[in-house]
Amino acid sequence: MKPRLSLLAAVAIISASALAYEILLMRLFSIIQWHHFAYLMISLALLGYGVSGVFLALNRDRLAQHFPAAIMANMLLFSLLAPACFLLAQQIPFNPAEMLWTPVQLLYLCGIYLILALPFFFAANVVGLSLYRYKSQVSSIYAADLFGAGLGSAGVILLLSIMFPEKILTVLMLSGLLATLLVSSYTFNAPKYWTIASVIIGLAVIFAPTGWMTLKVSPYKSLNQLLQVPGTKIIDRYSSPLGLISVVKSEITPLRHAPGLSLNATTEPPEQLAVFTDADNMTAITRYDGNPETLGYLDQTTSALPYHLKQHSDILILGAGTGSDILQAGYHAIKHVDAVELNPQIIDLVQRKYADFAGYLYSSAHVNVHVDEARGYLAATDKTYDLVNISLLDAFGASTAGLYSMAENYLYTEQAIREYLRHVSANGYLSITRWIKIPPRDEPKLLVTVINALKDANVRQPGQQIIMIRGWQTSTLLVKNGNISAEEISRLKQFCTERSFDLVYYPGISESEVNRFNIQQQPYLYEAAVALLGDQSRAFIDAYKFNIEPATDDRPYLFHFFKWRTLPEILSLLGTGGSFLLESGYLLLIAALVQAMLASLLLIALPLWLWKSKLGIEPGSGSHLRILVYFFCLGLAFLFIEIAFIQKFILILHHPLYAITVVLSTFLLSAGAGSYFSTKLSSRTEKSAFMLPMAAIALLSIGYSLGFEAIAGFLLKTGSLSRYLFSIILIAPLGFCMGMPFPMALANISRTAPALIPWAWGINGCASVISAILATLIAMQFSFTVLIFLAVILYGVAAWCFPKWVQA
Amino acid sequence: MRRVKHLIFWLVVIGIILLLFSSHVIAENDFHRQRYALVEIIKAEVKETGDFLNQEALDERVIDALLKVPRHEFVRDTERPYAYANRPLPIGHGQTISQPYIVAVMTDLLKLKKTDRVLEVGTGSGYQAAILAELVDSVYTLEIVEPLAKQAAENLKRTGYDAVHTRIGDGYYGWEEAAPFDGIVVTAVASHIPPPLIKQLKPGGRMIIPVGAQFMTQYLVLVTKDDDGKVTTRQILPVSFVPLTGKH
Repeated sequence: MKPRLSLLAAVAIISASALAYEILLMRLFSIIQWHHFAYLMISLALLGYGVSGVFLALNRDRLAQHFPAAIMANMLLFSLLAPACFLLAQQIPFNPAEMLWTPVQLLYLCGIYLILALPFFFAANVVGLSLYRYKSQVSSIYAADLFGAGLGSAGVILLLSIMFPEKILTVLMLSGLLATLLVSSYTFNAPKYWTIASVIIGLAVIFAPTGWMTLKVSPYKSLNQLLQVPGTKIIDRYSSPLGLISVVKSEITPLRHAPGLSLNATTEPPEQLAVFTDADNMTAITRYDGNPETLGYLDQTTSALPYHLKQHSDILILGAGTGSDILQAGYHAIKHVDAVELNPQIIDLVQRKYADFAGYLYSSAHVNVHVDEARGYLAATDKTYDLVNISLLDAFGASTAGLYSMAENYLYTEQAIREYLRHVSANGYLSITRWIKIPPRDEPKLLVTVINALKDANVRQPGQQIIMIRGWQTSTLLVKNGNISAEEISRLKQFCTERSFDLVYYPGISESEVNRFNIQQQPYLYEAAVALLGDQSRAFIDAYKFNIEPATDDRPYLFHFFKWRTLPEILSLLGTGGSFLLESGYLLLIAALVQAMLASLLLIALPLWLWKSKLGIEPGSGSHLRILVYFFCLGLAFLFIEIAFIQKFILILHHPLYAITVVLSTFLLSAGAGSYFSTKLSSRTEKSAFMLPMAAIALLSIGYSLGFEAIAGFLLKTGSLSRYLFSIILIAPLGFCMGMPFPMALANISRTAPALIPWAWGINGCASVISAILATLIAMQFSFTVLIFLAVILYGVAAWCFPKWVQA
Repeated sequence: MRRVKHLIFWLVVIGIILLLFSSHVIAENDFHRQRYALVEIIKAEVKETGDFLNQEALDERVIDALLKVPRHEFVRDTERPYAYANRPLPIGHGQTISQPYIVAVMTDLLKLKKTDRVLEVGTGSGYQAAILAELVDSVYTLEIVEPLAKQAAENLKRTGYDAVHTRIGDGYYGWEEAAPFDGIVVTAVASHIPPPLIKQLKPGGRMIIPVGAQFMTQYLVLVTKDDDGKVTTRQILPVSFVPLTGKH
C-alpha cells in the first residue's frame, strides 16, 4: 500500500514545524533565559522522540487500527501544544543562577524538560506511526520527514528575519492545523468534525488578541535590571535570527556606559541609549554633536593604548557594534576607518534610525561600514591597516560566568590571529581588548593562541612583538607587526602611569614594574606572559588549573576553561562563594549527557527487559540486538557528521547563520532524496548493496576532512555565490548517501520483523539526542576532525551489524 | 456541668494564646540560634580561606554586628526559613541580598571606626546598611528602585536602625551634602567606578565593590585612596584559590 501524496506532504509539514520549533525554542530561551540553558532544554526535550518510539512500539497495532484518527489527533495535539507548552514552561520560575544554592531549581528544570518534550512526542508519533503503517514504503515516509526538516530549518530562519520570535509560535500552530486539514480532507476523507475543529481552532488563533503571547524574560537579565530604574523604557524592538534587539531610553537617570574607565578619569559619557541583544549584552549608542571633547572618556580606557604609541591613518574595527570604537578612533583623529559588523540591524540603528543622535557616525566620510563577518571580510580583501582592533565583543556577565564555554568562536583562534596579522601593515598593531577575569582564564589562553600564531608565522622571538596592559576591569593585548621600539615603550609607560593602568608585559619588562595600581594577589598575567614566552610554556599550560590550550579552527573554544583536575578543589569552595570558579557551561553539558544517557537507557533497556514480546521480539531471536546497535550507531553518526561539517563550512561561508542554514538544509534535503532513492538499492539482490552508501559516506567524509585546507583555500578565493554553490555541491552527495542506511535497514526489517519498526525509530531518536550533546563534548576535548573519524567508525560498526539481509 | 465546659473552653483559649505567643518566642529563639550558627560557619570559612584577607579572623566588631542584626527581618516572608543560610537570597525586583559571608568580608575590608561616616550605593533590603550602622555612627544609603528603597527604609525603622539616612535616587553622584566618606560600599554594580564617588572618598578612605551577576559575586574590588589622594585598587577573590599548581 502506497501512502498518498497528501499524507507525505502532511508528514513533511509536521517535520518542518518540529524542526522549526526546536530552533525557535533555542531563540526563545536565549531571550528569556541564557543561551546555554536553551541548548540544554531543547536537546533533552527531544527525548520526546525516544518516548514516542517506545510508546508506538508498545501500542503499534492498536494505533494502526485507528490510523486516521491517531494521525490527526497527534497532528492536532502537536499544533496546539507547541505554543501552549512554551507559554507554560516560561511560567516556571526557573533561575539558573540560583541552581547551586536552591535544590528546588532542579525540579523546575525537570518540569521544563517534561513540558517541552510533549510537542516533540506528538510530532514523532506522526512520523513513527506512518513508518509503521506504510512498512513497505518506509523510504518515502522517511524522505518526507527529511525533506520537511530541511525546509523547516531554512523556513524558520526566514521567519525569524521577518517577525518576532514569539509570533512564530502562531505560524507553527497554523502549519500543524494545515497538515491536519490536508490529511482529513484528502487522505482519509475523515468525518467533517475533524475539518471543522481544525478550521475553528485556526480562526481562533488568527483572530485572538496577541497579548497572550508575550515573553517573560528573567528578572536577572541585564535588560530587566535596567528597566527597574525609574524613567527607563524600551523605545524600539527589532528581531532577526541574530538576536532580539531592544533599545532602551533612560529619561531621568543618565546611562553612562563606559566599561574599563580609568580610576583617574574625571569626565563621564554623554547621553546614551542602551542597546540589548537578547535582553543582555548591553552596548550603547552615544550622543555625538561633532565635538570630540565630549568623547574624552574614551581615551581613559585600556583600548586607547595603540593610539598613543603612534599616529595611525587607516584602521580596521572588527565588531563595530553601536560604534564606540569608531568614536574612540574619531577622538584620535584617525583619517580612515573600515568598520565591520555582522548584524545589519545594529548598523541600521546607528546609520538610520538614530543617525541624528549618533552624529551621523556611520555616514561620515572617513568611515566605511561593512556588513560582514570579521574573517569573511578579511578573506576577501588584501588591504592592510595600521591598526586592527577587536574590543569587548561579549558582555562581561556571560563572559565571566562560563556561559560561553561551549560556544564555538572563530574570532580568537590561531588561524584567525594569523589572518588578522596578515592585514596589519609593517609596524602596525593588532589590538585585542578583553574583560579581566579573576583568576585569569581567557587572557592566558589568548596569549598562548597569539604566541602560537606568531611562531607559525615564523616569528623567532614573539616576545619582541607583544605588549599587554590591564586596568581593574579590562586588559588590552597588542601584537605588533615588527619589533617594539624603545620609543614605544616609553610612550606605553606614560600612557599607563597617567591612567593608573598596570603594565603586564613588554619586551624587557621587570617584575618590579608590574602589579602597582590594580593589585592582584599575584601578578598572574605577568607570570603567565613570561612563562608562556619562555621555555616553560608547556609546563605552565599543564600546571594551570584552567584549560588554556590554544584555540584553533579545529577546536574553536576560547571560552572552554574546564579541567577535571581542578573540579574537587572548586567544589570544596562552593560554600564560600566559589561558584564563579565553576565552568558551569561545560558541567551542564556533562550533566545533560548523563541525563540523556540515563533516559535513553530507561527508554531502550527497560521495555526490552519488561515487555520483550510486546515489542514484537520473537523469543530466542538475537536479531533485535543487531537492530539496536545498528540504529543507535546511525543516530550517533548522522549528527556527528552533520555537526562537524556545519562547523567546517562556517569557516568557508563565514556568516554563521547563513552557513548553518545552507549546510543543514542541504544535508537534510539531499538525505531526503537519498532516502527516496534507497528503494532502488533495497530491491537489489546482492547483499553488498547496503554497503555502497556506507562506503561512500566514509570515503567522502574522510576525503573532505583530510583535504579541507585545500578545499577551503580554493573556495575562499572565489566569490560569495560560488562559495555557497560549491559548498552545496560538496555536501549534497554526502547527505544523499547519509539518507540511505536508515530506510534501507527499515525496509529490510519490514520484511523480517515489521513489528520492530517503531522500536528502531525510538532507538534512533534517543541516539540523536545523545549525539547532539556528545558531539560538542568530543569537539571540545579533541577536535572536529576526530569527530568525523569517530562517525566513520560508527558507520562501520553499523554496517557490520546490518540486520539480516532479506531479498525484497 | 456547664461551668466545667466553660472552664475547659477558657483553658483551651488561654492555651492557644500561650502557644501562639510561645511559638513567636520559639521562632525568635530559633532565629537567634541560627544566626549564631551562621556566624560560626562564616568564622570557620574565613579561617580556612583567610589568606586573601591577610588575616586569620574577622574583626570582632564585624562579628558582633553579624550576631546582632536580625537578617530574617530583611528578607521576604517566603525566604525567611533560609535567612540564615550562607547563600544569596532574592528580594524582588530582580535584586538579591548578598551571601552573608560576602557581606561580612566586604564590611571587614572597609576597616571602619566608630566615628566613621559611610555611604552605601544600592540599599537593597537594608541588611548591609544595618550591619554598617552597628559599626559606625553615620550611615547614608541610596537606592534607585523606589519600592525597594521604601521597603528597606521600613525594614530599618522596624529593626531600630532609624539613624540610617535613606534616600531614593541615583547613586552615581554619591551624597554630596554628607561627603566626604571614610568608607563607601557600592552594591549596585556599574559599568565603571563613578568618578564622583572616588572624589567623595576621604584620603585614607576605602571603597568596596562586588563584581559579578546577581547570585554570583565573582570578585571584590577594594579601592583605597592614600593620604596623598593616590587611588589604587585591589582585586580580591573571596576564596582561597591560586590558579597555578607547583613551581615553574
